[in-house]
Amino acid sequence: MTRRDALLFVFVGFLIIGTGFTQSWNSALLILNMGLISAIMALGVNLQWGLAGLFNVGVMGFVALGGLATVITAMPANAEEWSVGGVRVLAGLLLGAGTVIAAIMVHQKLPAGRPRTLTMLATLIGGFFLFRFVFDGGVEAVEAVNPAATGYLGGLGLPILVAWPVGGLLAAGAAWIIGKTALGLRSDYLAIATLGIAEIIIAVMKNEDWLSRGVKNVVGLPRPTGVPYEIDLQEDAGFVETAAGLGLDPATASTLYVKLVYAALFAIVLIILLFLAQKALSSPWGRMMRAIRDNEVAAEAMGKDVTARHLQVFILGSAICGIAGAMMTTLDGQLTPTGYQPLRYTFLIWVMVIVGGSGNNFGSVLGGFLIWFLWVQVEPMGLALMQLITAGMSDGFWLKQHLIDSAAHMRLLTMGVVLLLVLRFSPRGLIPER
Amino acid sequence: MDFLNAIVAFANFVLVPGTAYGAQLALGALGVTLIYGILRFSNFAHGDTMAIGTMFVILITWGFQSVGISFGPLPTALLALPFGIVLTGLVLVGTDKVVYQFYRQRKVKPVVLVMVSLGVMFIMNGLTRFIIGPDDQRFADGERFIISARNFKVMTGLDEGLAIKTTQGITVVTAVIVVAILFWFLNKTRTGKSMRAYSDNEDLALLSGINPERVVLYTWLIVAALATVAGTLYGLDKSFKPFTYFQLLLPIFAAAIVGGLGNPLGAIAGGFVIAFSEVTVTYAFKKVATYVMPEALAPDGLLQLMSTDYKFAVSFSILIIVLLFKPTGLLKGQSV
Repeated sequence: MTRRDALLFVFVGFLIIGTGFTQSWNSALLILNMGLISAIMALGVNLQWGLAGLFNVGVMGFVALGGLATVITAMPANAEEWSVGGVRVLAGLLLGAGTVIAAIMVHQKLPAGRPRTLTMLATLIGGFFLFRFVFDGGVEAVEAVNPAATGYLGGLGLPILVAWPVGGLLAAGAAWIIGKTALGLRSDYLAIATLGIAEIIIAVMKNEDWLSRGVKNVVGLPRPTGVPYEIDLQEDAGFVETAAGLGLDPATASTLYVKLVYAALFAIVLIILLFLAQKALSSPWGRMMRAIRDNEVAAEAMGKDVTARHLQVFILGSAICGIAGAMMTTLDGQLTPTGYQPLRYTFLIWVMVIVGGSGNNFGSVLGGFLIWFLWVQVEPMGLALMQLITAGMSDGFWLKQHLIDSAAHMRLLTMGVVLLLVLRFSPRGLIPER
Repeated sequence: MDFLNAIVAFANFVLVPGTAYGAQLALGALGVTLIYGILRFSNFAHGDTMAIGTMFVILITWGFQSVGISFGPLPTALLALPFGIVLTGLVLVGTDKVVYQFYRQRKVKPVVLVMVSLGVMFIMNGLTRFIIGPDDQRFADGERFIISARNFKVMTGLDEGLAIKTTQGITVVTAVIVVAILFWFLNKTRTGKSMRAYSDNEDLALLSGINPERVVLYTWLIVAALATVAGTLYGLDKSFKPFTYFQLLLPIFAAAIVGGLGNPLGAIAGGFVIAFSEVTVTYAFKKVATYVMPEALAPDGLLQLMSTDYKFAVSFSILIIVLLFKPTGLLKGQSV
């Protein structure tokens, strides 16, 4: 890191601290926490784009899988649902997976020709109906149990910190499937395939009530060990006393304290991942990846297996996004599938990577904080701007009302303009690759 | 008689909507495929280009409606369409001058252009929401049906009705006209031929004295027309919502890739393949089956292969299958 880079980090730090002084410390800490998570997502995307030149437009899907991981690891199992249909649902899923594997085996074992195609189709169609028959019955039974409160299988009841690596694993699994099909073809295909898988993951999470209650959301996710609940803090005499000593009322102090503990947890994860990413970048493996990125043909001629290396780095990057997704859901304390919007979870992360400096891990981290800060602050700034523009118009004039109402959409516009300006005038970003 | 009823039910719920949707997707995919063939990148802003074009049409339609201009039984939006196309064309050519031209002259890698198109998508999306808002807008007027279900039942004496909405009829007719003009243009006119030459072999085309900027200009204008028509037809048939148009990106790209990127005929074929698969897989066949099967065998389920919420999964699966077995698409596309 050079002096200039350090100054940039200090600048972003000032922006966040400034929010604390001018608005509230609560919002400053909120920005900090989400900034830490965004920085981790940006690290993952930077690994794929900066190091390998892979274009992943499905960040949202991997983030959502991380969120799903928190539910299936940390929520307690719902005994009644398991007894009425849990086994049947699992059997159905296994049958489905078995069908796909059988079809792949048919494709590999039999000689090419019409018999192979027909056998494969028969396996797939027969397997599909068998899967639906077993699976649907189970799902219906599970979802019928107490739908207002549970109606899903629940999880394993493990500590929620376990969900973070599990989220990474789930995302890695999805990335493997996508990578296997779309890597090795033209670069645009990967983009479109990832765009698709992200939409499908969200569709599954919205509709499969037995898995995570769909749009009814799972609330009340447990907190990581070491993160207290606000209400307990407020009843703790020692804490109230310390807060009073700092001149804070117990309610504010408890929310600030909880956010600080989260920030510390997230910072540890970020530092570990950043350390690993830096090591990877300067290792022989990292040099090989960059060589492949800069000239695939030459790297292939040197005996490097380009597709396999791409698959490797694609899975790694997606896993990091999955970890970040699990962390984010942990912070929210609930899983809301409708909250996943591609513009917010995919393209915003891209803006972070590009603005920060693709190919540079510190750049991605900086971009994560800076763009998240802008994303949060542009809306009030846009509103203020609109009020300034419309100040001269008379009340009740249609344009005035319309402009003020539309201020919320300034975000997309601003992010697009920022992205285009950086790509045009400073394509290497704030902290360029070295 | 029952068999006829089954056919009518199938036509009403699968064939007619599928054809209309297929025509809309085909027009969208044609735009994507043209840009891919000539400018050589996947334009992620295409869904939002459709949205912005439709927005212009809607605004002009509202203007016409407020001064009392109408198109008789046809939707007023058709009158507004040419104006919408001109405005969208201006936007696209402007975008090209301000944004894309710079990268084209530097001959950057296609993936950088894809990234740039992401930025354009952000801005277009933001502008659309800024001007017309993120909510649903309905702007269809005129006659609702060519044949309504009730009239059909009276006419034929069948139990099942076949309804054809005016918008569905207009979609198919307009799509046929647009595609005919497009192919005439590409195959018969001098400019069209130079566009195809440029798409086939850029260097050779430059050597023969084809002006690349002119080719690019015409491409954007054609794409503006295609996107606006596709978006307006989709909006008339269903409804206009900016986010839905962004989501259309996936089936449109799937259609273009399935048909073979860069191949206009393929885009049309791909559009119908995707549309019919989507509609067939998500349609509940219970009604059709009850007519065809004997009563004892009548199904108690909905006979729906997949819930409608998974329609994206259908286009995605087809896309994956094509990528696995025939990466250049059904009709041969470019493989740059």
